[in-house]
Amino acid sequence: MTAPANTIGTTERDAAHNAARRRSMMANRFGFYSFVTVFVIFCLAPFVWTLLTSFKGFNTLFAVPITYWPNPPSLENYQKVFALDRFRWALLNSAIVASSATFISLIIGSFCAYAIARLNFPGKNFLLALVLAIAMFPGIAIIGPLFRQFNAWGLTNNYLALILPNVTFTLPICIWTLTAFFSELPIELEESARVDGCTRMQTFYKIVAPLAAPGVFTAAILLFIHAWNEFLFARTFMSQPNRLTATVAIAQFEGADLAAQYPWGEITAASIVITLPLVVMVLLFQRRIISGLTAGAVKG
Amino acid sequence: MATVERVAVAAPARTRVRRSAQARADARLGLILAAPAVAFIVAVAFFPLIGTIRDSLFRISLRFANQPRPFVGLENYANVLQDDRWHNALRVTGLVSGVSVAVELVLGMIIALLINRAFVGRGIVRAAVLIPWALTTVVSARMWAWIYDARYGVFNDILLRLGIIDSPLIFLSKPELTIWAMIGAEIWKTTPFMALLLLAGLQLIPADIYEAAEIDGATGWQAFWRITLPMLKPTILVALLFRTIDAVRMFDLPRVLTNGGPGVSTETLVLYSYNTLFTSLNFGYGSALAVTSFLIVLLISFIYIKVLGAPTQGGRRGV
Repeated sequence: MTAPANTIGTTERDAAHNAARRRSMMANRFGFYSFVTVFVIFCLAPFVWTLLTSFKGFNTLFAVPITYWPNPPSLENYQKVFALDRFRWALLNSAIVASSATFISLIIGSFCAYAIARLNFPGKNFLLALVLAIAMFPGIAIIGPLFRQFNAWGLTNNYLALILPNVTFTLPICIWTLTAFFSELPIELEESARVDGCTRMQTFYKIVAPLAAPGVFTAAILLFIHAWNEFLFARTFMSQPNRLTATVAIAQFEGADLAAQYPWGEITAASIVITLPLVVMVLLFQRRIISGLTAGAVKG
Repeated sequence: MATVERVAVAAPARTRVRRSAQARADARLGLILAAPAVAFIVAVAFFPLIGTIRDSLFRISLRFANQPRPFVGLENYANVLQDDRWHNALRVTGLVSGVSVAVELVLGMIIALLINRAFVGRGIVRAAVLIPWALTTVVSARMWAWIYDARYGVFNDILLRLGIIDSPLIFLSKPELTIWAMIGAEIWKTTPFMALLLLAGLQLIPADIYEAAEIDGATGWQAFWRITLPMLKPTILVALLFRTIDAVRMFDLPRVLTNGGPGVSTETLVLYSYNTLFTSLNFGYGSALAVTSFLIVLLISFIYIKVLGAPTQGGRRGV
């Protein structure tokens, strides 16, 4: 008797309930995406503002109240920046230093990482502690003696003066990332190669290195970004205008015309140019970068 | 048991000899492969560190050539302890790193908890997170200097439009404002990275633990305190360790954004050491200051590592 009534009642209640749930889910999703949007804006806004500024001509740049959109957009700042000899040099210097340091660090670091991942040798724990120590080492604690030594050897204004410390300080990232990658490779492959008569070294460069190529590539990106951004040593060991790296050039940038208003247009344009390689890498390789950055931290 | 023993005993002696020869060969190869990395670390970091400690015991000025460089023992360190400017640098470094790391942790945790799910547009968020991390600190410092600009800066403009302030603030020349402006720039640059690390840690927590907690009637808040936090503790500690040390070593941002100013109100320990070394060319005293920075970093890592346990494996991280 009461069953039909009951059923109807339940269905109505359910319908109302479902509608409420759908509404709250919609509200939830709306809240979630608003949060994500705010977060993305938080991350990008300063960079976007710099980008917009770099396309502003002198009049829009120093207009009060400020204008947000470059109207009309102009490439004048970029032309001025690229006309500067020392800026073109700075880009070249950074490219040379960062890629050499990355290359050397990868070779040395991959040997060391393979040893840590696959071989038992005395002093391994000491080595791990040493690598950890370097990751936390403050550059200021060694810069004085390095400066005097490089001076004595005539290495100031020489790329080597930057490559050496950059290799040293990128080694921990390289060793950690690669050790994680090597450890994940199936050991059976190496064992069967050994059974087939390969020596350890042959196994390393014939089997392990090709298989670890994605890991090596990930490490390379991280190392390059690190070396490209280095400032402390670059500022100290390079003094000739044509030997400065991009970070130092941008820190000291005063513009082509010293008498003009503070050259924010040129500074922002130079900033964008210097950042461009990094942004491109981030956009292309975001997954790899994140896996490389977090692999070590959480697995252990 | 018995079978295993008999097999082991019965194993031909030759194999055992070969195996131990193999172990010796592996050990030798391991040392050879590790040697170049160790050589770099020792030559470029540890020898110079000893050099800095040695220099800190002398009075060395590079201002004039051939000046006498007398041994003064611990005099430089005694002076450091009395040095108001060092106390100031210590306070600035402590405030900047304490506040920024704390804010980063809370913000990073909120962000990580919220984006720890599959959703449309994840790739965009991932790329956006990496931009502040990858951006050169020097570039970021100059960007923020322009944003904070008193006359043409966009930050003032936004605050004015929102009616939060009536007249533009001079962010970079008022000590009590400047240090907060610097902290803001630091938080912007490093929060995303913190969120990323915490997110990676969150993704390792198995979902069935939460299901079990839900069945037992735990609220979301209880699940966070009783499950998420304890299970995330190792990740949090590693992230805190590296972020704290990065913040204590801070040089690029204060050097380019404020150069320690106005006055010395934003001068960090490393910046003060640097200025003493390369502006005053006072290598003895500057080295003593650098050694104190090193000792502080050492102390912080020691405390964290005590809490963390053996970090040589667990502490792996790409900087």
